[in-house]
Amino acid sequence: MNPDVPELLGKLAARLGGEGTRLVSAQRLSGGASMHTWAFDLEGPAGREALILRRRAAPFDPDTARSISLATEAALIRATGANGARVPLVRHVCDEADGLGEAYVMGRLQGEALGRKIVGDPRFDAVRPRLARQCGEALAPIHATAAPPELNLKVSDAEGELSRYEEVYRASGAQRPILELAFQHLRKNLPEPVEPVLLHGDFRNGNIMFDPEAGVVAILDWELSHMGDPAEDMGWICTNSWRFGRPEKPVGGFGDYRDLLDGYAAAGGRPIPLSRVRFWQTLGSLRWGVMCLMMYLSWQSGAEPSVERPMIGRRVSETEADLIVLLEQGL
Amino acid sequence: MITHPKTEELAKAVADWIDQVRPSLDPHNQFLARVAVNVLGVVQRELTQGPPAEAEAVRLMAELLGHPGSFAELNAELCDRIRSGELTVESPGLAPALTTMAMAQVAIDQPKYRHEV
Repeated sequence: MNPDVPELLGKLAARLGGEGTRLVSAQRLSGGASMHTWAFDLEGPAGREALILRRRAAPFDPDTARSISLATEAALIRATGANGARVPLVRHVCDEADGLGEAYVMGRLQGEALGRKIVGDPRFDAVRPRLARQCGEALAPIHATAAPPELNLKVSDAEGELSRYEEVYRASGAQRPILELAFQHLRKNLPEPVEPVLLHGDFRNGNIMFDPEAGVVAILDWELSHMGDPAEDMGWICTNSWRFGRPEKPVGGFGDYRDLLDGYAAAGGRPIPLSRVRFWQTLGSLRWGVMCLMMYLSWQSGAEPSVERPMIGRRVSETEADLIVLLEQGL
Repeated sequence: MITHPKTEELAKAVADWIDQVRPSLDPHNQFLARVAVNVLGVVQRELTQGPPAEAEAVRLMAELLGHPGSFAELNAELCDRIRSGELTVESPGLAPALTTMAMAQVAIDQPKYRHEV
């Protein structure tokens, strides 16, 4: 059942902006099937306000889902924001009375989050050399945030992540020598465990909003947030799958390792050796390869009949090409 | 296989037709139509590049494993021997052979992909 979102936003207007506030526009933005994003504007006694509604459109099972609930997501955005992280302002977490299901409202920021634009659009030419350092700076306050214990975030380390993805791979029945080699090699080269910190969990080019002049505006898409190794967030933004055709720039297709690491340390993050980032980057390629396999499997099982899903299965070979190069270079 | 037309020509004809009608579709279906054209691109490349790539993979795997076999048999054994730890990144010839195989596969699946350097 799909609720009439614009109508419900109209009702929410007064709750958000006070009496006399009304909805003046609402538009669904493109996005995933399970998570819907709406841009909407309110006008009231206090003026005009540009907002975003993020709502879950498919049932959520907190026991099996890897992602967190939207209420948890909102709580984390608030907690990290209070600790100095660049995040949107959460305006309202929806409840029963709003009729929107699992959802929250946040301020709408101006900027660009499309990875391909960040690496290639001439509007970002001037700011691009500064972005890797800014990404390092942006991670430090996130990792330094004390996660509210009542959120019960999942905790994982390199070994746990490897086991989780290996289990999915084994269950798929696929036989891919390079993935096998990556599992074995990473398992033999696990980094020393560290005290888990709060991670964004999906920190990559594509989930960061940038401004052509100021650089990093906000870190978006917190649904994979969990506790773990700080190098996990760093390795993920360095994974080639998120460099949008610019493999020569290891950080997101726009920057260099040194700037990312220096920015992180300069902003108070505990310094992380490059080798640890490279471990997680390799695990990142393996993770994306297994995720591509999972998307194929969701089509094979009949759960997702879209033509897009099996085609994503043919992206596993991208990660295999990346992995064999990384494995030959050594960790 | 017969010619006039070859299978890859049939796939190309369908891809060209989808491209032709694509602009008349709604945005979501335009996106899916583009994916469909890409799917048919994989099919065409697999039909033409697949057989030599597979023959080369069979040759490389047979050399690594020391005996002949079909692609499926050799691939399964290679996976088992990597999983058991018998073959590792350091094993002579393994990484170069896997590199050759991976690059041939990505040339079929995503020829524009720029892999890790």
